[in-house]
Amino acid sequence: MAVDTMVATHAQAPAWKRIGTMREAGLIAIILALGIVMSFASPHFLTFGNMRAMLMSFSVEGIVVVGMTILLIVGGIDLAVGSVVCFAMVLAGSLFLAGVDPWTASLVGILASSMIGMIMGFFVTVVGLNHFITSLAAMVIVRGLCLVITKGTPLSLFTLPASFKAVGQGTFHGVPYVILIFVAVVVLFDFLLRRATAFRKVFYTGSNEKAALYSGIKTKQVKFWVTVLCSTLAGVAGVIYMSRFGAATPTFGVGMELNIIAAAVIGGASLNGGSGTILGAILGIALLSVVTSSLILLDVSVYWQDMIKGCILLAAVSIDHLLHKRKAA
Amino acid sequence: MTAQPVLEVRRVTKHFGAVKALTEVDFRLERGEIHALCGENGAGKSTLMNIIAGVLQPNDGEVLVDGAPVKIASPAIAQTLGIGLVHQEIALCPDATVAENMFMAATNRRRSPLMNYGALEREAQGVMNRLAPIDVRRKVADLAISSQQLVEIAKALTLDCRVLILDEPTAALTEAEAQALFGIIRDLKAAGISIIYISHRMAEIFSLCDRVTVFRDGRHVVTEKIADVTPDDVVRRMVGREISQLYPPKQAPEMRSDETILSVRDLSDGDRIDNVSFDLKRGEILGIGGLIGSGRTEIAEAICGLRAKSKGEIALRGKPQRIGNYRDAVNAGIVYLSEDRKGSGVFVDLSIAQNISVLDLKTLTGPLGLLNSRAEADLAHDFVRRLGVRMGGIEMPVSSLSGGNQQKVAIAKQLAVRPQVILMDEPTRGIDVGAKSEIHRLLRELAEAGIGIVVISSELPELLGLCDRVLVVREGVIAGELDDREMSEEAVIRLASGVTQTDLIATGRPANVA
Repeated sequence: MAVDTMVATHAQAPAWKRIGTMREAGLIAIILALGIVMSFASPHFLTFGNMRAMLMSFSVEGIVVVGMTILLIVGGIDLAVGSVVCFAMVLAGSLFLAGVDPWTASLVGILASSMIGMIMGFFVTVVGLNHFITSLAAMVIVRGLCLVITKGTPLSLFTLPASFKAVGQGTFHGVPYVILIFVAVVVLFDFLLRRATAFRKVFYTGSNEKAALYSGIKTKQVKFWVTVLCSTLAGVAGVIYMSRFGAATPTFGVGMELNIIAAAVIGGASLNGGSGTILGAILGIALLSVVTSSLILLDVSVYWQDMIKGCILLAAVSIDHLLHKRKAA
Repeated sequence: MTAQPVLEVRRVTKHFGAVKALTEVDFRLERGEIHALCGENGAGKSTLMNIIAGVLQPNDGEVLVDGAPVKIASPAIAQTLGIGLVHQEIALCPDATVAENMFMAATNRRRSPLMNYGALEREAQGVMNRLAPIDVRRKVADLAISSQQLVEIAKALTLDCRVLILDEPTAALTEAEAQALFGIIRDLKAAGISIIYISHRMAEIFSLCDRVTVFRDGRHVVTEKIADVTPDDVVRRMVGREISQLYPPKQAPEMRSDETILSVRDLSDGDRIDNVSFDLKRGEILGIGGLIGSGRTEIAEAICGLRAKSKGEIALRGKPQRIGNYRDAVNAGIVYLSEDRKGSGVFVDLSIAQNISVLDLKTLTGPLGLLNSRAEADLAHDFVRRLGVRMGGIEMPVSSLSGGNQQKVAIAKQLAVRPQVILMDEPTRGIDVGAKSEIHRLLRELAEAGIGIVVISSELPELLGLCDRVLVVREGVIAGELDDREMSEEAVIRLASGVTQTDLIATGRPANVA
């Protein structure tokens, strides 16, 4: 059975090559189609302000999506990213309020996020728990930490120096720094994922951990560092949010992890590991962002928005799965 | 056999996209016969079996049971028609017990809403005992591959089937287990059950089956009575060409070298293997035989750092090696090809190029830690050409290849690091005759080129046909060594099972096909 279907794919060699790019092309087409419909439905959609707001809104989440995608490729998952984003934000914020220079405070916030990644990595690779359970526990623990640090009240950081606020609010020749940072992160990790040997090991480990182990790849090390990378990028996003909002709220980022995972999966990352692309994941978050923006412009009640987004996730993944299946048959 | 055939397939065609897997195939299974189905991988055997078992639907043609046309739309319908299929690939629930797995299909047909575990276990143990003494309360995940295969077979026996399809049932079994299975197959036949037996092993087919049908390239080539044909006839029809010799010539006596490539002394792991010592000489292919679970695989794993050793020394060309993990082994020039190709040999959803380069990443990596993709492609092209991998392109996933070609990719992966010694565990399991002899020829070429080759195999014809010398392992120790003149199936089995010569005559399997 398997053998015969293999022969079939064999004969369609050129089609196979295009599948990866087809998924991304499909996402672009859906985003454009939605954009065109929206530009007729709402006069505010196709305005520079709205476009910029949309891009800004998914830029910071996009940084987290990059880390999540790489973690999904290695076969892991991180439910704690929302908490870690918040943790970096409130830790840096409270350090600043305690008199620490905001740049140093941010660095500490990011490094502390890496530490959380290391602790999760320890439980995954040394203790041997799976990513899901470990990060589920971390999600709750770190959220608790945020409440402890802030004593449950939002930190007001309007005293942040302008030079620091510029990271989240300023522009460079009219382009917000946030977008520049986002693009830099995406380009860097997309390149590394395709070309760097260290990241190739991520694919080997996620595709078949045992075979990777038998090939001399230190799979535990790979999983550990990818877990750390994901938390670190979440920390980076956290301090950018702090700069952008000039505030740190202990409830920030609740439910963010689901958005992030959904974006990566819509973009083609497999929960079984071994596949996923940065570009796809970014298109995934762009799609979710366009949908959210559309729902707001169309005055759809907030109560309906999550439900609609969930349905879109289900539809996107189903369509993709069916297309894939037809292609493979 | 003038009665109506129990199962008949008429002019069945099946295509996947543009590729025709079956073209107007006819097949008749008479009541109470054991009917062998032969063909290379991709010949369409498994496709036809999946159609009969309701997994796939034909594009054209019809299937008749007891002379009446039927539409087998799902495996559940196949079951009610009395058709049982034992898949070649193990499809069990690893976390459930043997008993639960055995009755998975049967449970599906029960009316009672509650499970009676006591009765289930008793019944399961009864069926299992006919095959092997496996405790049905154990979890499937804890069983060795060969035992899992037996559970897969036992599962089919729990269904009241009239037609039983066995797809390479002995691929992972030891001689003794295979013999037990043959006994059961003969019992089933005596009870009037008709059996379709798919196998690459001619010896089994000729000792067991009544008739043989050969498929090639999705077409029915011939159906003959076993008594009227020879193994050579069958193989020739399968491949459509003469196979002058199934195995490459062995090392000529004058070519023997005293130069030792790999030397293993007193290797123990404190658990499964004990004081294993042997030398591998330049130019020879050394076989390791023994029952599954005897410690063959563990010896290979201990040599290459995949298993912690409690004592023992390993030397390469006289130089002692410190091997603490697999990376050390690769650096020293010792590589291991796992028996479980899909589980731990290849990355099926990654490309051929990415598979071949995995062990060699270091040399392909530039100063900035970036992979040189051109060098990677060159490496892949080079090996694909040298090993004759048939494929659509090096960027295609390994899952697009046939089993034989997947195995060639796995071997290419090992060769890419220019090893001095390759340890191969079941290098040709589940691979068709043509690809098998290509791989054997390749191993011989590598040995002649000075690479040390160790082949672990459960297939006696392979050990005897390919290797210059065979070590037989029993319960973790080397029970004996056989050189080319002493080698015979009987000698290997005797050493492997520790039985005396007279015990053995009763099992009498036919001699090597080659």
